[in-house]
Amino acid sequence: MKIVGKPVSHESACEHVTGRALYTDDLLGRFANLLHAWPVQAPHAHAKILSLQTEAALEVPGVLHVLTAADVPGANHVGPVRHDEPLFPDEVMYHGQAVAWVVAESEEAARLGAEQVEVVYHPLPAVLTLEEAISQQSFLNEPLRVRRGEPEQALLEAPHKLKGRLEIGPQEHFYLETQATLAYLDEYGQVMLQCSTQHPTETQAIVAEVLGLPRHRVTVQCLRMGGGFGGKETQANPWAAVAALAAWKTGRPVRVRLNRTQDMTLTGKRHPFLGKFSVGFDDEGKIRGLKLELYSDGGWSLDLSEAVLLRALLHCDNAYHIPHMEVVGRVCKTHKTSQTAFRGFGGPQGMVVIEEVMDRVARTLGLAPEVVRERNLYREGDTTPYLQPVKDAERLERIWYELKTSSEYALRRSLVAEFNAAHPHKKRGIALTPVKFGISFNAIPYNQAGALVLVYQDGSVLVNHGGTEMGQGVHTKIRQIAAQSLGVPLEGVRIAPTRTDKVPNTSATAASTGADLNGAAVRNACETIRARLAEVAAQRFGVNAQDLAFEGGRVYPLGAPENALPFAEIVKTAYSQRVQLWSDGFYRTPGLHFDRAKGQGRPFHYFAYGAAVSEVEVDGFTGQYRLRRVDLLHDVGDSLSPVVDLGQVEGGFFQGMGWLTMEELLWDAEGRLATRGASTYKLPSLAELPEVFNVRFLQRAAEPGVVFGSKAVGEPPLMLAISVREALKDAIAAFGTGGVVELASPATMEAVYWAIERVRSRALVSGD
Amino acid sequence: MQPIRFTLNGKEVTVQGVDPHTNLLSWLRQNGLTGSKEGCAEGECGACAVALVRQDAQGRTRYESVNSCLVLMPMVHAQEVVTVEHVGSPENLHPVQAAMTQGGSQCGYCTPGFVVSLFAEYYRPGRVGFDLEALGGNLCRCTGYRPIRDAALSLGNPDPEDPFCKRLEGPAPSLGPLEYTLGGRRFYRPTTLQGLFDVLQVHPQAKLIAGGTDLVVESNLRFSRWDTLVSVEAIPEMGRIEWDADNLEIGAAVPLGRIEEELRGRLPLLEALWPLFASRLLRNRATLGGNLGTASPIGDSPPVLLALRALVRVASARGQRLIPIDEFFTGYRKTALQPGEVILAVQIPRPFPEIGRFYKVAKRHRDDISTVAGAFALDLADNGTVSRIRIAYGGVAATPIRAQLTELALVGKPWNLASVQAATRVLATEFRPISDHRGSAEYRTAMVVKLLEKFFYDSTLTAEAAV
Repeated sequence: MKIVGKPVSHESACEHVTGRALYTDDLLGRFANLLHAWPVQAPHAHAKILSLQTEAALEVPGVLHVLTAADVPGANHVGPVRHDEPLFPDEVMYHGQAVAWVVAESEEAARLGAEQVEVVYHPLPAVLTLEEAISQQSFLNEPLRVRRGEPEQALLEAPHKLKGRLEIGPQEHFYLETQATLAYLDEYGQVMLQCSTQHPTETQAIVAEVLGLPRHRVTVQCLRMGGGFGGKETQANPWAAVAALAAWKTGRPVRVRLNRTQDMTLTGKRHPFLGKFSVGFDDEGKIRGLKLELYSDGGWSLDLSEAVLLRALLHCDNAYHIPHMEVVGRVCKTHKTSQTAFRGFGGPQGMVVIEEVMDRVARTLGLAPEVVRERNLYREGDTTPYLQPVKDAERLERIWYELKTSSEYALRRSLVAEFNAAHPHKKRGIALTPVKFGISFNAIPYNQAGALVLVYQDGSVLVNHGGTEMGQGVHTKIRQIAAQSLGVPLEGVRIAPTRTDKVPNTSATAASTGADLNGAAVRNACETIRARLAEVAAQRFGVNAQDLAFEGGRVYPLGAPENALPFAEIVKTAYSQRVQLWSDGFYRTPGLHFDRAKGQGRPFHYFAYGAAVSEVEVDGFTGQYRLRRVDLLHDVGDSLSPVVDLGQVEGGFFQGMGWLTMEELLWDAEGRLATRGASTYKLPSLAELPEVFNVRFLQRAAEPGVVFGSKAVGEPPLMLAISVREALKDAIAAFGTGGVVELASPATMEAVYWAIERVRSRALVSGD
Repeated sequence: MQPIRFTLNGKEVTVQGVDPHTNLLSWLRQNGLTGSKEGCAEGECGACAVALVRQDAQGRTRYESVNSCLVLMPMVHAQEVVTVEHVGSPENLHPVQAAMTQGGSQCGYCTPGFVVSLFAEYYRPGRVGFDLEALGGNLCRCTGYRPIRDAALSLGNPDPEDPFCKRLEGPAPSLGPLEYTLGGRRFYRPTTLQGLFDVLQVHPQAKLIAGGTDLVVESNLRFSRWDTLVSVEAIPEMGRIEWDADNLEIGAAVPLGRIEEELRGRLPLLEALWPLFASRLLRNRATLGGNLGTASPIGDSPPVLLALRALVRVASARGQRLIPIDEFFTGYRKTALQPGEVILAVQIPRPFPEIGRFYKVAKRHRDDISTVAGAFALDLADNGTVSRIRIAYGGVAATPIRAQLTELALVGKPWNLASVQAATRVLATEFRPISDHRGSAEYRTAMVVKLLEKFFYDSTLTAEAAV
């Protein structure tokens, strides 16, 4: 009886659909005397704070205190990697930055108090765009570089060359649950936080540093998150620190919950990128050499920007073998929110650039883009530009050809052409794009995980692990892993909320590794317990401990299920024999190394593969368009939990589509975020769901080095959405007579319209 | 002082001591019903959806899903509210909840809102199949919607013995009068037109509120506070839709969803508007009076009403008058309403135009605010020349506006490409749109012309199709 691999519902599905699933801010009614905090947000993108007066605020009824730097007993910084983020700044570094927090009996009182805090600013010049940052040499790091071969020489010798640039817009996480923390001093004198965070250990560390406490005085619990997507990997920490500080100061429970406007104006986004490329290629469209410069807009502080940039560098080959290549990247410092992790973590930006290159190469040569892509795909035995062998490259080809067949690509190519010939004002486009995504944290110490599995005397099992649940289904998968490993039914296992006092020193639940790392640690713990129980059962049955089956809550000698004893009975026996019924578990990903200075190594445990076909229809009058059909084929290894994995593939694709199409973040000339709510920043809705949406998993795809042969699935499918952008370019091209299509990203209806106009005017000039 | 009384999940509730600006969502969450979530506080995400028991256009009782973040507590008075907690429990899942457990939830935060929207549609009297429009106001960031669509389409019909069906056999609650005060703040809900004028006489600065889908956003996001709010929801003259040989007249406080049902198949141009106008969750509350009164240059209904030659019936204690809609918008968010005047109804003269189209250019197809919207109404003479054309835009000027010079250039001309191309030269100079986060001035300028061209092209397709 297999539990791993069964299509079970999300572990909290029944609680979700009934409104019983609790999120951090749902606990607000459980605390008497709860206080609320409200930020004082600066009205400048860059300014010196000359003075900050709190007296008037303190006179507002209900206001207790105004938190400033003077209240911080420990360190006034919350930067996760570099100590460059003061919690209470003396210099404003982005529009809307919180300079003080008002603590009051009600949210309304705190807000009214915040209006009364008098701050005198001396505005300073601000750097607001990538171009400004580059021209002013405003950077947050030294250049990163990956290089193989002699790209300059290869470019020189290539039969064809082209140069280009592409700006890629940012993306707001727009987790439906905004940032939230409740902090209080518990009955045992420790600082207790309920926090919507992807990284409870780091939240604990930052709070401890701000309060000047050892970490064993601070505990963080994450019940579950209403979405994270990377936005709560580091950026839950500042608000947690504010809540903890206010609780420390007042002795009362404190709630910090950002409303949507605050969340959008205070927290970082997916990094905008600028890519500049020079590519040399032959008549067949095979890339001979590529030189690439990548600039990311990191915002005001480093946060995770360097790691994000590194991942972009390590993914700008995507699925293609590029014999001679150099990519150099730099993080720009601008006066904006500190841009941060977001599903894909730089990988998507790197991949959009190389797919842009492929499309331009193809359109320059007058070849179909999928032909050029196919000719450049990695083959078995190839290595990446950073010299890691491309493990299982044959899967890439298998996916490519299987999807071409199942999506009826050739037939639909001709149907698209027929449609376009018959319709002057509407054009369709189709594209096929691959994904290769490396799995493992680039920060190598993060590739470890712990677990604590408790078996009680009645045979019930409680699993603690370091992963946080944000909807991605890590708890669902781990419950299946534990049930399978111990041979008990799914209902016999409960997953406890993630807490730093159960499993310490955990890594962020990020980089798609939640189930790989924590699942392996849980399996490790379960196997330890099961081995002990097997000794006990072996005595009872008089067989060797190797020759026992643990299955469905029963234990029996192999071949004799009729003699089975309940799991609970073996557990009881073990207890009476003083056998330990609980265990920790641990896992570290083997074989990882990377030399940043050389830009070489083996940073990834393996690659996740996939490919997508998208077909669109574009209105030539307005640039508005519709996604008609999508076919995805993705490699999830042996799926741990098919409903969960299907959800990740579909949802990731859709989120990526939003980023590349309608989701547009805009700042005004003063550096103020102009799109700061759901009415101005548009996520895809049900109406964007294509009528035909076929999703399949690659078969015969076990990944032997990973728990139960599975593969990570959180991030890779997001990049399947690049097919939508490429299909749009294909449709736009059909309004003209050939040549490169320059389409801005995101491809809003306006961007598509201007791209069509460029293609049309070129056709007019060329006289066709 | 009169308390707020309403039915919550089948039980009578009395509420006192809350500020009139408190929205239902906040109140529910503070009172232990945390299933409803806040995702945006402006009616865009639907995570806060609750169901109200209301009467449909045919007088049948039904559940209507609404955004609880946009319902102020006094507005709930005399209403009947169902929250997600009442729909079912983990031990006893409702069919819509059971359907959603098959991959329909990931993080689960938007899920209660989807469940309520599914619930309301599930019980819609006379439902055949499942109208996916019912989910258009709910956003999900995790799933990509496919499993939610599948859940919706898998639903059968409710068992007539189902207690929720039983409830719908009885009448919907009728909205009684309310005079609610807290501190210096007042909320009135008069039930007669005279009662409304009486309140306005005492409180000339009072702010009118109908569905609250615009005003409560002001309160939630920009923290506007008003000393006196007056709900027009219970005024009979504002709640009617009337037809006669010469006119269609729609009460200013009729929810758009109700208009949508009542006019189905009878006025194609207006019908084309609804799917593009916000979402079902909002249309269950939003009104034409509100859309006109707020006088936004990017309101969705004004271009259509301009194309339909509508008149705005306004009333005050002094009497009533009809204002041609061309004269109604006098400047950016300004109207021709005099002090003491309220919008009573919108009158649309018959016969309706032969050929009509409404286009909305926006980043998202549904539930978005337009960058440019265009409405076109055309009547052709027997010889194929233009006998009447009305062209109106939103998003290109300080007010919704007609392209009158272009109309003049087209009247009497044959309806062909040459006439349209000649007219676009006039049209290209009629407006000077601005740039903002929804689109550049250049794009808007281009769209003004392109939408007319699109209308021409679509009208010829229709003609071909008719042949």
